[in-house]
Amino acid sequence: MSDVFIVGAGIHPFGRTPERSGLQQGVHAVRQALAGAGLAWSDMRFAFGGSDAAGKADTMVSELGLTGIQFINVANGCATGGSAMFGAYSTIKSGEFDLGIAVGFDKHPRGAFDPKPAEWGLPDWYGETGLMLTTQFFAMKIQRYMATHGITSTTLAAVAEKAFDNGALTDHAWRREPVDRDTILNATMVSDPLTKFMFCSPAEGAVALIFASEKRARELGLPAVRLRAAAVRSRPPGSFEVFSPALDIARGSSPTVIASSAAYEMAGVSPGDIDVAQLQDTETGAEIMHMAENGFCADGEQEAWIAEGRTRIGGSLPVNTDGGCLACGEPIGASGLRQVYENYQQLTGQAGARQVPGTPRLGYSHVYGAPGVSAVAILER
Amino acid sequence: MPDLPPSIDAQLFELDADGRPTLFAGRDRDTGRVVFPPPADPDRFETIALPRDGRLWSWTVQRFRPKSPPYAGPEAFEPYAVGYVELGEAIIVEGRLSGVTLDGYRIGMPMTLVAEPFAMAGGETRTTFAFAPIAGAAR
Repeated sequence: MSDVFIVGAGIHPFGRTPERSGLQQGVHAVRQALAGAGLAWSDMRFAFGGSDAAGKADTMVSELGLTGIQFINVANGCATGGSAMFGAYSTIKSGEFDLGIAVGFDKHPRGAFDPKPAEWGLPDWYGETGLMLTTQFFAMKIQRYMATHGITSTTLAAVAEKAFDNGALTDHAWRREPVDRDTILNATMVSDPLTKFMFCSPAEGAVALIFASEKRARELGLPAVRLRAAAVRSRPPGSFEVFSPALDIARGSSPTVIASSAAYEMAGVSPGDIDVAQLQDTETGAEIMHMAENGFCADGEQEAWIAEGRTRIGGSLPVNTDGGCLACGEPIGASGLRQVYENYQQLTGQAGARQVPGTPRLGYSHVYGAPGVSAVAILER
Repeated sequence: MPDLPPSIDAQLFELDADGRPTLFAGRDRDTGRVVFPPPADPDRFETIALPRDGRLWSWTVQRFRPKSPPYAGPEAFEPYAVGYVELGEAIIVEGRLSGVTLDGYRIGMPMTLVAEPFAMAGGETRTTFAFAPIAGAAR
């Protein structure tokens, strides 16, 4: 059993790049990661890769080189990137290989996702009558949470305002213009209580991360962070998930709560030890609720935390320092790896204008998606 | 029984002589867990009728036209409310909401099940279920 390190990271800017396919963006991210680390594709012993809607990752060997590499495609919906990383983590930890790569990329058409009911085990009427929208789920989850825990619309807007402020400092972000709180609050309502600036959009982008064993990382002498924990969990009984025609009266916890607990236990750290966090922010309410589900505060404390700016860069727990999904958009296959890329940049002091002050040591990332899956990773400098 | 258009799904609900719907669910014969929509698995689930009345658990408004497919409504789009209604001790069911203006919904308000026409893009109409506030009910 070896400890697992990330020794390199590459990214294709998020947003829209009409001239490049999703796969080409993936190749771009791999090449950037390799170049930054001074490594060659032929040094990679294994690869895990995937996209949700932009093709088969292993076909990128025709661009990168026919080295015969063990290349495993990952397709796990919203947790595709997280699952690719988990594959890399397990491969190094088991001692099977000592150097390899995880890559995630995607390219979605404009507008909300258009799922097919049968693919989710649901009857046709659920989609036909207009109930099968991820946006409705997110709106109803935060609507109930606001009523139960005293969260205000001003706080929803403050989260989006922070995201765009951070995006303006981030080279790989899509939305790079600050938007003020009143504009966010008064924008077109999409699904009450969420306005158009409070939702992220499906987008494009790619991320690649290079993983090494402790011995190999030491030999390479690159800026390295230790992957202290990687956990992927599906939903427990009584959780509230996307595309649910009904919910049990007995309410339960969530895939995020159990993935988070598993990751803290694996890493032997507690939420108070974390210096910087990237949390799934499909919309602003998700970031707020995920602060509590990941153990950083109690339900309802977000109202004060956000008013005090605690989750801004320079606050006690900077959250979504690159603007998150709100500023970067959500290419499903790449989104979870972007969070880990951002923590790698922050922990190795390479985050430039958005660098969290005071040499952060522990970085936390959390991705959540349909139909109720969460992936958490904890990195340590 | 009033002459209503065909149901969106014959297994989902039935209408009484006054056109009032009753929703069906499945109850797991071993665990007692109630599941909606009712699964087509009579060995494991017995069909039960759900209570008609409940309280609004959460809600939102669909303000843009969903993509087709899967949405089967007409091109001309009117925003509609959707929500979850807690039906007694049985289950919390999602459905379209009707009966008041789009800003008239509040969590906890008493709701009841109603039958609603649903216009399809092709011009035909189906009957679906929805929840409407109970007029004059104590909050």
